[in-house]
Amino acid sequence: MRLSRFKRITGDDWFSAITFSFAASIPLLLFLLICLLIIKSSLGFKTFGFGFIVSSSWDPLNDVYGALPFIYGTIISSLIALAIAVPLGLGCAIFLAEVTQSKVKEQVATMIDMLAAIPSVVYGLWGIFVLSPFLGGPSLLVGGVILSIMILPTITAISREVFQAVPHSLRESALALGATKWETFKLAVFGPALSGLVGAIILGLGRALGETMAVTMVIGNRANISPSLFAPAYTLASVIANEFAEATSEVNLSVLVELGLILLVITVIVNGAARFFVWKTTGHKA
Amino acid sequence: MFKKISVLLLGLSLLAGLASAAVINGAGATFPYPIYMKWNTVFAEQTGIKINYQGIGSGGGIRQFSAGITDFGGSDAPMTDKEIAKAGGDILHIPTVMGAVAVVYNLPGVRNLNLDADTLADIFLGKITNWQGVNSSLPNMPIKVCYRSDGSGTTSIFTGYLAKVSLDWASKVGAGKAVAWPTGIGGKGNSGVAGSVKNIEGAIGYVELSYAITNNLAAANLKNKAGVYTTPSLASTSAAASGALSAKAMKKLIAAGDFRLDLNNAPGENSYPIVGLTWLLVHKNQKDSGKGANLVAYLKWALTDGQKYPADLLYAPLPKDIASKVLEQVETIKI
Repeated sequence: MRLSRFKRITGDDWFSAITFSFAASIPLLLFLLICLLIIKSSLGFKTFGFGFIVSSSWDPLNDVYGALPFIYGTIISSLIALAIAVPLGLGCAIFLAEVTQSKVKEQVATMIDMLAAIPSVVYGLWGIFVLSPFLGGPSLLVGGVILSIMILPTITAISREVFQAVPHSLRESALALGATKWETFKLAVFGPALSGLVGAIILGLGRALGETMAVTMVIGNRANISPSLFAPAYTLASVIANEFAEATSEVNLSVLVELGLILLVITVIVNGAARFFVWKTTGHKA
Repeated sequence: MFKKISVLLLGLSLLAGLASAAVINGAGATFPYPIYMKWNTVFAEQTGIKINYQGIGSGGGIRQFSAGITDFGGSDAPMTDKEIAKAGGDILHIPTVMGAVAVVYNLPGVRNLNLDADTLADIFLGKITNWQGVNSSLPNMPIKVCYRSDGSGTTSIFTGYLAKVSLDWASKVGAGKAVAWPTGIGGKGNSGVAGSVKNIEGAIGYVELSYAITNNLAAANLKNKAGVYTTPSLASTSAAASGALSAKAMKKLIAAGDFRLDLNNAPGENSYPIVGLTWLLVHKNQKDSGKGANLVAYLKWALTDGQKYPADLLYAPLPKDIASKVLEQVETIKI
């Protein structure tokens, strides 16, 4: 055999070494990505410092930049999306997993999965031609509603899986004690499922925070902070997509990368907070 | 086995090298993309020379060209002297075609809207907020301003015009590919602005002329320098070019071989006031003589035979006297 000189290294060693290198490549990728974002945004940080985060002027012509309107727009549009999609998605998942015995439930579940596969630009087109005129023109609210529809399948599909993973013995014991369907769900299913549900919501929120195309088509792309949900707004991902191709000044490019870094930081904070919440309430790691 | 693979890889890389030597790569402005595609196809059929152009935006076009990634660039906004110096100097702006920017609006029942420069500036400054403030015969309806949210040459031409005709606009906003708009909502691309204008009653926005025509949007007649209200069209765009180029300052620039010409607010009765050129950016000293010769052949063809194609795609061809001046400059490219 040609490989005889590797006699002392077993196949298992190869197996673990190869899979380890694959596993290690993901943290490495993330690390390199963050390094790149920090390097490329250093000029913007040097120019504006931390004031960048709280300033709300955005004028590429005079190279004056502030991130606040975009942070505001990103967070509020995502919160609107969650406010709509979480109750709807969880309700739908509960019905499919716990309530109905009907044969159509598999078909409904497949349709929900298909919704998740629709490209965001298609949602955006629908937003431009149907939703936006219906809700009185491009605005923060339209952006939030579009996002809610886009994250609905994610939340529904994953929470349905989570409910189905709860052991049947728990439900049976509750039913044996004379609990109704609702009481069974409340006592025996919801608790064990909680950490998984938070995971489902985080995944949905992640998509909402980073969604670009559909949002930019309906949100009005205006860097302002208005108390009205019917006013146009702007998100971090949208402004990067809009201005990156035509940005010529070094500072302009740099602050756009800095916005990307801020988006990454927000995502990490949201993720961390949700995991901390699950760990506090259930003692399990999410 | 390894030998076979390495031979194969070597062969592939050689092939790739050969292929890249034959193709001339360019990238930049999206506005002239359709006409460049047409030119590239016809030119390849006639000569076998392959030109590859990607519409990535003027800013990206200037960046990639300056960094030496592409052989030529495309831009709707000329490079500044500073940008040229940073890219190593000796860069020629070769104008290829012209375009007009139409002011489009959505007012039920109104198909003929006349606007003068001050009114247009005041609308986009947010000073006039109701259509009755424009003209008492217009509907009592709030004005909804729509602008391009992505950086664009169209915005550059439009804001360039406003800055030229309104001191207020020049001091408060200025001209550029992306500006801090005093009012309104942003749409992505010509389609985004057109979509907003179509959907929102009382809306006003600006798009490329070809977009206004193909989408059948109502376009305003703008008062030109001579005081005549003109409809945006290919004829009024060409008239604007002729008018602008008759001015002394322009003739001076052209004589100096600088084709970064501002055609906005041109004199002449038939001139439409918001018109701009689009340019190809090329190095005066070509490094690769084979590619350089092909690029020069392409530019010469585009400025002569190629000029019969723009009109079908709703671009205005260059006036003949200008095209011949540009040709003289193309001759100076060192291969």
